[in-house]
Amino acid sequence: MKLESKVPEGPLAEKWTKHKFNLKLVNPANKRKYDVIVVGTGLAGASAAASLGELGYNVKAFCFQDSPRRAHSIAAQGGINAAKNYQNDGDSVYRLFYDTIKGGDYRAREGNVYRLAEVSVNIIDQCVAQGVPFAREYGGLLANRSFGGAQVSRTFYARGQTGQQLLLGAYSALNRQIANGKVKMYTRTEMLDVVVVDGKTRGIITRDLVTGKIESHSGHAVLLCTGGYGNVFYLSTNAKGSNVTASWRAHKKGALFGNPCFTQIHPTCIPVSGDHQSKLTLMSESLRNDGRVWVPKTAHKGLKAKEAASIPESDRDYFLERKYPSFGNLVPRDVASRNAKMMCDEGRGVGATGLAVFLDFSDAIKRDGRKTIEAKYGNLFDMYKQITGDNPYEMPMMIFPAVHYTMGGLWVDYNLMTNVPGLYALGEANFSDHGANRLGASALMQGLADGYFVIPYTLGDYLANIGWNDKVGTDHPAFKEAIEAVNARVNKLLSIKGKKTVDEFHRELGLTMWEYCGMSRNEAGLKTAKKKIQELKAEFWSNVDVLGNSNELNMELEKAGRVADFIELGELMVDDALNRAESCGGHFREESQTPDGEALRKDDEFTFASAWEYKGENQPEELHKEELRFENVKLTQRSYK
Amino acid sequence: MNITLKVWRQKNKDTKGGFKTYQADHVSSDMSFLEMLDVLNTSLIKKGEEPIHFDHDCREGICGMCSLYINGHPHGPLQTTTCQLHMRTFKDGETITVEPWRAKAFPIIKDLVVDRSAFDRIQQAGGYVSVNTGGVPDANEIPIPKKIADEAFDAAACIGCGACVAACKNASAMLFVSAKVSQLALLPQGQAEKKERAEKMVAQMDSEGFGSCTNTRACEAECPKGISVTNIARMNREYFSAMMTSYEVVVGGGE
Repeated sequence: MKLESKVPEGPLAEKWTKHKFNLKLVNPANKRKYDVIVVGTGLAGASAAASLGELGYNVKAFCFQDSPRRAHSIAAQGGINAAKNYQNDGDSVYRLFYDTIKGGDYRAREGNVYRLAEVSVNIIDQCVAQGVPFAREYGGLLANRSFGGAQVSRTFYARGQTGQQLLLGAYSALNRQIANGKVKMYTRTEMLDVVVVDGKTRGIITRDLVTGKIESHSGHAVLLCTGGYGNVFYLSTNAKGSNVTASWRAHKKGALFGNPCFTQIHPTCIPVSGDHQSKLTLMSESLRNDGRVWVPKTAHKGLKAKEAASIPESDRDYFLERKYPSFGNLVPRDVASRNAKMMCDEGRGVGATGLAVFLDFSDAIKRDGRKTIEAKYGNLFDMYKQITGDNPYEMPMMIFPAVHYTMGGLWVDYNLMTNVPGLYALGEANFSDHGANRLGASALMQGLADGYFVIPYTLGDYLANIGWNDKVGTDHPAFKEAIEAVNARVNKLLSIKGKKTVDEFHRELGLTMWEYCGMSRNEAGLKTAKKKIQELKAEFWSNVDVLGNSNELNMELEKAGRVADFIELGELMVDDALNRAESCGGHFREESQTPDGEALRKDDEFTFASAWEYKGENQPEELHKEELRFENVKLTQRSYK
Repeated sequence: MNITLKVWRQKNKDTKGGFKTYQADHVSSDMSFLEMLDVLNTSLIKKGEEPIHFDHDCREGICGMCSLYINGHPHGPLQTTTCQLHMRTFKDGETITVEPWRAKAFPIIKDLVVDRSAFDRIQQAGGYVSVNTGGVPDANEIPIPKKIADEAFDAAACIGCGACVAACKNASAMLFVSAKVSQLALLPQGQAEKKERAEKMVAQMDSEGFGSCTNTRACEAECPKGISVTNIARMNREYFSAMMTSYEVVVGGGE
């Protein structure tokens, strides 16, 4: 199989403009003859469904939550990048492009990333026109901040709730199309399979989560906007419902999975408090602007936050400031996370579990006064106190890294189409723009870029080429077969009646992934993980206990299907991590480091995106490589010393 | 901690429900309320009993999905979402009563899960600015005084959980609807459609079977996001001025 990125030739800055001109158009009067299916209603899905409805296509949109407004995009805190250069501080489309390519450790396509930076400016205009209440200056114009160590202030924000406000903007646009009859919305409905006939995507199979009814929906194209797969680790900052099922079922129907091992681990999360822990809570990394990260120089088992003051200054190790004097506490997410883990591995971690480090604001409070710190971080301090019961104005916070975002996802070309014609992936569900590491405030940008400004153009080209008659109805045998397969799987899950709950399997998978395929990875560990996951899969299908019936709301059944898919994905992530014997971005291979213990990229061997092909049940997947060509930027090793 | 729970169980919307009592022992005070229910559910499954169904998703207080009525308060004794409520708020040996949102417009689906699609339909009736993708002015061509932008934000912070309805003795949705009407009425982007928006959203609210507002302010007291009843006053003003001057009224009066 040859992977064609379809990035147009020509100078970087002209690629998208030229491409848009070369794309075929669908006559306005003919758009209503096409049916488009959108799965997921987060930033990517809601913006795509709304924009396609506005253009005149018939859209069906699906979400598993009770309302499209619940999608997990809503939880993004920090902000959204755009190369507006409103601050006159030297930003430009090229600089945003460059920062994103470099931040991704040179494992993304130049053409895609440049387009992302280019359309970023339109996103802000669009959101403001919808009534999104971004932060403003006293003169009435938009405010910006520098985010995640960027040297320019290009991040637009809405207090600590940027994701919420952007999603509600896209949700309002979607609502308008629902009211206009151009989008039909299916809530509490989960996609369980993709139907492919003669090599083209023809529709999906869904389950109504309230009645349990399995249904078919046919369309000319299917857009998967179903988010990331961080919950493969069980504990992550994702919502409890976030899952890989739609992407994974598409993968099993032929769509390649790109860079599955690229996951982002965020350094400033609230540590695990016990075995009951169900999810992890992120605190904005802006905290590292004023907080100092430290552990005691010698191990103090079970040191509590309120006892931190008893450790004299001379016995504290401000390890980020010590190791990275020029960036200090503001080193990128992966470096900060890895170093926190190293301190805990050395036995110098704090708190009851020893899996935490201090984030201390006492110097900042002394320097700037409590009022200033309260104005900057008041809501985060309150949240921390709410969850832990500790008051961070009086004692240091305890933090530990947590899985936050997955750069990997379905492989797509420049048009956001997977290798299966008519099947698209948008937002976090695809692998495209962030390479091996995503910069802060870039996830929201990518989700909305894909939905508002890329897919409305590229989808039209595909539809114009196939024509509206090229459609298969739900009476086609392929739909009936797919329904039977979905039913059989549901019945199988209910019939095992084993001894372990779905959550027990999920936790076990999570622990294995975190231990061997988390912040740092090595060959022996990954091989152990692979064996453990295979054993877990076998045990799952013989010993899981799912109560209840299939014809009613049954949340255990929903979870069971998702965990079964996570187990299979976990194995592929391990395969990908094994194959990539270099350190890059969020993927740190212990065998590939510099003499002083920093990540070492191997550009000669690994300047490619991996794209894995499913070859059948329990068969090894086949790796395809998309070589990455860099015509505009020079590959350099990151250094924060 | 040891806790006694009285939980509303109901198989589906057509079946009669009732309280069932459970014993939750060895509860850690660091657990969130939902984690306590997770642990209870695991023990129920082990006994072959169907777990308690409840809505939840982000578990960080922003998606608005969780919706438990705890000891007579939506989201429990603190002014937070249920997912941000921790067991340290309760006393060892306490009995806690857990019910679903109770409102005619929010029919029960199962156990503690209710159908809040009425909220979506109200938003679909007019909770938007009619702009298509593309063809909008540069973001800084619409200056908005900071005070107005902040006030609009305060209204926009609503998470659509429905605690306001659950708190209200009339099951009124005025706080929810007024938050969106206010946000867009305050902003210049929302001016063109402000009359139709107020009329249509209120009409949809009424048709969904929510009760009337009698200014008890229970909604404001229980709202996890601190949405102010000032928004209700603003919506009333928008609504009355729309009714007196809207195109429909003028045309109707001339016939």
